[in-house]
Amino acid sequence: MKSTRRKFIKIAGMSALGWSLCPALFNGSSRAAGHNEGHSEEHSGSSANAHGHGVRWAMAIDTARMTDEIMQKCIEACHSAHNVPHINNKQEIKWIWPETFHHLFPGQMNDHFHTNEFPERKALALCNHCDNPPCVRVCPTKATFKRPDGIVMMDFHRCVGCRYCMAACPYGSRSFNFADPRKYLKESERTLEFPTRTKGVVEKCLFCYERLAEGKQPYCVEVSEGTIYFGDLNDPHSDVRKVLKERYAIRRKPELGTSPCVYYLI
Amino acid sequence: MLEKAIKGNKLYWGWLCLLLAVSGLGFLAYTVQMKEGLSITGMSRDVSWGFYIAQFTFLVGVAASAVMMVIPKYLHHYQAFGRVLILGEFLAVAAVSMCLLFIVVDLGQPQRLFNVLLHPTPNSILFWDMVVLNGYLFLNILIGWVTLESERKQVPPPGWIKPFIYLSIPWAVSIHTVTAFLYCGLPGRGFWLTAILAPRFLASAFASGPAFLILLCYIVKIFTKWDPGKEAIQSLAKIVTYALIANLFFLGLEVFTTAYSQIPDHMLHFKYLFFGLDGHYTYVPWMWVAVIAGLSAVLILLFPKNRQADNVLAFACLLVFLSCWIDKGLGMISGGFVPSPLEHVTEYIPTKLELMVTLGVYAAGFLILTILYKVAVGVKKEVGA
Repeated sequence: MKSTRRKFIKIAGMSALGWSLCPALFNGSSRAAGHNEGHSEEHSGSSANAHGHGVRWAMAIDTARMTDEIMQKCIEACHSAHNVPHINNKQEIKWIWPETFHHLFPGQMNDHFHTNEFPERKALALCNHCDNPPCVRVCPTKATFKRPDGIVMMDFHRCVGCRYCMAACPYGSRSFNFADPRKYLKESERTLEFPTRTKGVVEKCLFCYERLAEGKQPYCVEVSEGTIYFGDLNDPHSDVRKVLKERYAIRRKPELGTSPCVYYLI
Repeated sequence: MLEKAIKGNKLYWGWLCLLLAVSGLGFLAYTVQMKEGLSITGMSRDVSWGFYIAQFTFLVGVAASAVMMVIPKYLHHYQAFGRVLILGEFLAVAAVSMCLLFIVVDLGQPQRLFNVLLHPTPNSILFWDMVVLNGYLFLNILIGWVTLESERKQVPPPGWIKPFIYLSIPWAVSIHTVTAFLYCGLPGRGFWLTAILAPRFLASAFASGPAFLILLCYIVKIFTKWDPGKEAIQSLAKIVTYALIANLFFLGLEVFTTAYSQIPDHMLHFKYLFFGLDGHYTYVPWMWVAVIAGLSAVLILLFPKNRQADNVLAFACLLVFLSCWIDKGLGMISGGFVPSPLEHVTEYIPTKLELMVTLGVYAAGFLILTILYKVAVGVKKEVGA
């Protein structure tokens, strides 16, 4: 019985450790379970309502009516409202930008047929806010995550800048702040309504979550002269559902199973 | 045992000073990167990983290769490797240290590094890569140090180290498998989206790692007058030969699948690397040098007479190392990003500052390697092994 005190301290220490660990473990597991539930619900819904319950934001771009001027207006509205700097080199930042059909839908545009005007026509590219986003899957810090309303969000304060999400995104929708973006934003151009970013973090289109919260439409939709439809994919009466019912629409790289929520009306 | 590292001749200290100076220079370049961001690199929106991540990938392989001596020694009781095993384990320590440094210098926000621990995310392969790399570093430091210490005391290694040694075998495989998973699980990158990536990584690792170790053995022999043993080097040479053939075979499988199926997503990357795409040819000569160096090394190593001649073996090992380094340290990462998922061709060429940081990390790694090897060889000489 010589080591009684030693034994006692050992047991006391272990119990204290257990006591402090257990609640954390239980909390963690219950949170994870709750998360999974929401997740499976989102994906197991019937095909008529494939995006679970509640709001599921989606966009449909009318490529037939979209013009170069409208695209420029959309880009200008988005980039100036979100403090996206204009950097004119291969380390550029862009949330929304024009791209030819050939690049938007590689391999799908029958590029070799001379009668086909599609490959060289342009439409807007932006984050697809996928139902099954590879960028969220690979992020090691949950700095990019999926909201229940479908928006793929970014936490600019948590991002470590590993750029794994950029490698994972099959749509090239993400930009990295190689340099300090504030260097490229003139004081007069800067808006105080939206945060500027720091160097070393990734950014992209966030579907104007800050506008949606106020009941407004995204900036690009607002200035698009009716060529971009936006709304709740789960609401049969929303603009986006109505136009998708009437018109033929395609999505980018559907074969990858990411299930984008940006549609292109042909 | 560390005291062995502070007793050396002028050459030893001169070499250490040189390495310190180079890593200091690298650090200076890194301070510029800290200030200016990764804009000082040649990376871009389309090629968002570059030289740092490529070196990381290559060095994971070098680290994993220690297992090629652990298996014969501990599972087959092949005693010839007993002499040099410690060199393999310490090489792994240095290589993993460099890997971790390369990850850190590649981060845009390195001061937030510990977010990976604060917000552990098991669905991210990068999280698992951190786990396996740090685990492997710990295992090799522990095993290397404990076995060397008992060798110094001329007693058999303690029994409790055995489970760690056995654990280190699958662990070594895991570090390179998980590193391959970083790439081959990405839906939009046809070049990496192949199940052969992990086996190919392992094969090229087991070729380049032991080849480098053979070269190190020769260097140790010349500078310390301690002989790692002819038999160990010969056995390593056989391992290099097998692994190199496996690596080239896997490359062939990849080329066949891609070229015969002719799916553009996969084929364009090979086209870019080996023939150039849309007027961009930067990597073409490099890739052909890698293939030719690999094939000639096989031709040399296949004949036992060549392997037995020290000079020829060393030359072949250089070829193997060169071939694998170009393949993984240059082509593997750039090739995966070019063309982009939107089929734009943006080339990546590292900048001088980027190369300086890289060189600094390598110098830091060789500093660790030199000190550890000094200790190991010092102990070996002391006990007259």
